[in-house]
Amino acid sequence: MAAILELRAVKAFYGQSEVLHGIDLVVEEGGMTVLLGANGAGKTTTLRAICGMVRSEGEILFRGHRLERCTTEQIAGFGVAHVPEGRGTFIGLTVEENLRIGGYTAGRPNEKMQLMYGYFPILAQRRRQQAGALSGGEQQMLAIARALMMSPRLLVLDEPSFGLAPRVVEAIFGIVERIKREQRVSVLLVEQNASLALEMADRAYLLETGYVVTSGSAKALADDPQIRRSYLGY
Amino acid sequence: MHQFLQQIFSGLAAGAVYASLALALVMIYRATDLVNFAQGEMAMFSTYIAWTLVNAGLPFWAAFVITLAVSFVGGMLIERIVIRPVESTSILTAVVVTIGLLLIFNATAGWIYSYTLQEFPSPFPDRTLFGALMTTRDVGVIAVTLVMLAALFCFFRFTATGLAMRAAAQNPESARLSGIRVGRMLALGWGFAAAIGAVAGIMVAPVLFLDPNMMGGVLLYAFTGALLGGITSPVGAVIGGLIVGVTENLVGTYLIASQLKLTVALILIILVLVLKPNGLFGTAVVRRV
Amino acid sequence: MAETLPVDGTAKLALDRESAMVFAAWRWAGTAALIAVAVVLPFTLSNYHVFELTQVMIYAIAVLGLNILTGYNGQISLGHGGFFAAGAYTAAILMYRYGVPYWATLLPAALVCFALGVLFGLPALRFEGPYLALVTLAMAVAMPQLLKYFDNWTGGKQGLVLTKPMPPLELGIDRDRWLYLLVLLVLLIAIRVAANLLNGRTGRAFVAIRDHPIAAAAMGINTARYKTLAFGVSTLFTGVAGALAAIVIGFVAPESFTLFLSLSFLIGSAVGGIATIGGAIVGGFFIEFVPNFANDISDAAPWAIYGLTLLLFMYVMPRGVVGTLGPWLARSMQRFGSARRAAK
Repeated sequence: MAAILELRAVKAFYGQSEVLHGIDLVVEEGGMTVLLGANGAGKTTTLRAICGMVRSEGEILFRGHRLERCTTEQIAGFGVAHVPEGRGTFIGLTVEENLRIGGYTAGRPNEKMQLMYGYFPILAQRRRQQAGALSGGEQQMLAIARALMMSPRLLVLDEPSFGLAPRVVEAIFGIVERIKREQRVSVLLVEQNASLALEMADRAYLLETGYVVTSGSAKALADDPQIRRSYLGY
Repeated sequence: MHQFLQQIFSGLAAGAVYASLALALVMIYRATDLVNFAQGEMAMFSTYIAWTLVNAGLPFWAAFVITLAVSFVGGMLIERIVIRPVESTSILTAVVVTIGLLLIFNATAGWIYSYTLQEFPSPFPDRTLFGALMTTRDVGVIAVTLVMLAALFCFFRFTATGLAMRAAAQNPESARLSGIRVGRMLALGWGFAAAIGAVAGIMVAPVLFLDPNMMGGVLLYAFTGALLGGITSPVGAVIGGLIVGVTENLVGTYLIASQLKLTVALILIILVLVLKPNGLFGTAVVRRV
Repeated sequence: MAETLPVDGTAKLALDRESAMVFAAWRWAGTAALIAVAVVLPFTLSNYHVFELTQVMIYAIAVLGLNILTGYNGQISLGHGGFFAAGAYTAAILMYRYGVPYWATLLPAALVCFALGVLFGLPALRFEGPYLALVTLAMAVAMPQLLKYFDNWTGGKQGLVLTKPMPPLELGIDRDRWLYLLVLLVLLIAIRVAANLLNGRTGRAFVAIRDHPIAAAAMGINTARYKTLAFGVSTLFTGVAGALAAIVIGFVAPESFTLFLSLSFLIGSAVGGIATIGGAIVGGFFIEFVPNFANDISDAAPWAIYGLTLLLFMYVMPRGVVGTLGPWLARSMQRFGSARRAAK
């Protein structure tokens, strides 16, 4: 399968400190890749490097574009939609305004909002409410919907399950799976909730202190007893 | 009683000018986290531009519109060229840059136009209404301010760009991730602020007479009004500006004559702030540890 | 927006003992040389230049006060011109009405301004950022008006004309040079006191409160006490500078202490380096000499040149002269020290 996103020997820096030490990574077109690892492994930093939010070296290729020299806005314009850690919701704006922001560059906002309300009916109910008043799960849905309003080719999700009850997490992941199929969006996912993520993903990478220590198909990693013991807890 | 109402009304008219400049200050503060000390001098410079156009023969409202357009572009250029290089350094550096701008605008205006007081035409006839309760000039200033506020409200509430500007001010990182050119939104914010300042200057010049130091006191009152309302709240800026205008007038009339008027007004407002340290409508900055 | 205020310009170097001693020796020698030059300098210059340098040092003390409050403790003040005026008028009134000798006015001015600063600092605890700026701005704006109003004390608009001090006859030097040396002595004491304060526990508390007030409080630092103390110490310094100004110039009037003076101090702080001690001296030079320099370039719009110069400094050295050169020097010394070690 063709790769929609490829990282080659990517290093990332916070100030003078090098925190990623040469990451190689692939997201297949139409597939889902998951990044696993403990806190501080560099998962979020990898996502931030992709979106130009942190100083980086190496090659980041996305549909023929070299992302490492581009600004965050340009990268968003190429079709990368990033839902950051903590969701990044505009809490002072209404649900509907949040969605419109997502659709600012991509156009046809009303049509796409209807589509989003189809995937996330709860947002339709709360469309005129302040986004800050929504529950954690609803804000997560709003963040994902906002990202999808950009009609992206790649959806980047940073810990979507963070702080959410298991049932809510399953519901959200189910919708993400649906969207991935129906809208033909590729997904790059960072997750601490390893078992659920490995069930859904095609490929997986395990990061540790800025290095990729294991990679392969998600099934292979899920079956690997060492991984199971260290990161899945059984 | 009659005099009291008169003073309230003329205070509202002065307050409308303070409210406009306060709104400009708040707009820039929300976008870039900094108080633009040069806002008053920029407004003064815009007023001189209007004055030049009127003296060249243009009808008042044509000069008004052209001045607003020129000020808008000027504000954008200032953000792009003067402020952008220091935006990501410390706030103090940026504030000192605005102080430098203040000096440059003031000195340049004095150099080009001299420090002589000039008359500035008022588009409103000089009559009194309702048995000398208010002047048409005061009504006109308030009306123009209201129209401007309504236009701004519609822009920010109902247009896509307005929404993008609000988003960029609230959460620049998320705005970038959504593809919004945050730098451009900041420049637009400065453009709007400059244009609003121009309106304030043009409205106040007939009363204060035009000279390079015209806006110094106005800026001080506007700054006070913006903080009274809450430096993060546009609605607060307007209400704060109006309150400051009325307070200044009432203090000047009933409490103490010109010299200490400013001091007393400031103290009164600071007393209010002691009770509400983030202003009447401001939100406390929630510090996540 | 990035950080709120620049980080302290001093750096703790990780050096081996020998390199540390070498650098310390150089530092001692350099400081002694500078002081020697400063003492000898007035005898090589004209009266007017001596007066100008005396002004530089007075401004340096004032700016140092502001640096302590805004640079090290993170509380912005747009009102230090007002505290400068308070010190000046305290000295002036003592000399004019009560015949107090000039040298004896410094301590009362210091105490009065310390008290003023604490009185101001207490309510200021409630305010932050632009709100604090407004409260201090009110001080700067109110001061000249209050000075004009209470005219039976202050001489009102005309101000007070003071007799200029006589230098001690035994020394055989004239008044300008005597006053220069007096101000130099006060400046050196001020720097020593500031350095001791800021490099010690109090200074660390100040910086902790500036950078992470919640964490500082959680560690048991009494933020209210230290913030108020910072205010008092800061205004003490600036007030003493004001008293010196009254003595040296021999005249006080409300018009000398406008808002622009407060802004000048802030400009001096920023140009020199707000969280540094040496930056105050650079700031003093900037405040005293750049307006004249601007006048030489353009007498039509000198303040425009001043403004442009200010912008230039801020673009090239956003952390101020000492704030930028200090860390650079520290890094160079660090590298030099490592190279020495490696060469062994």
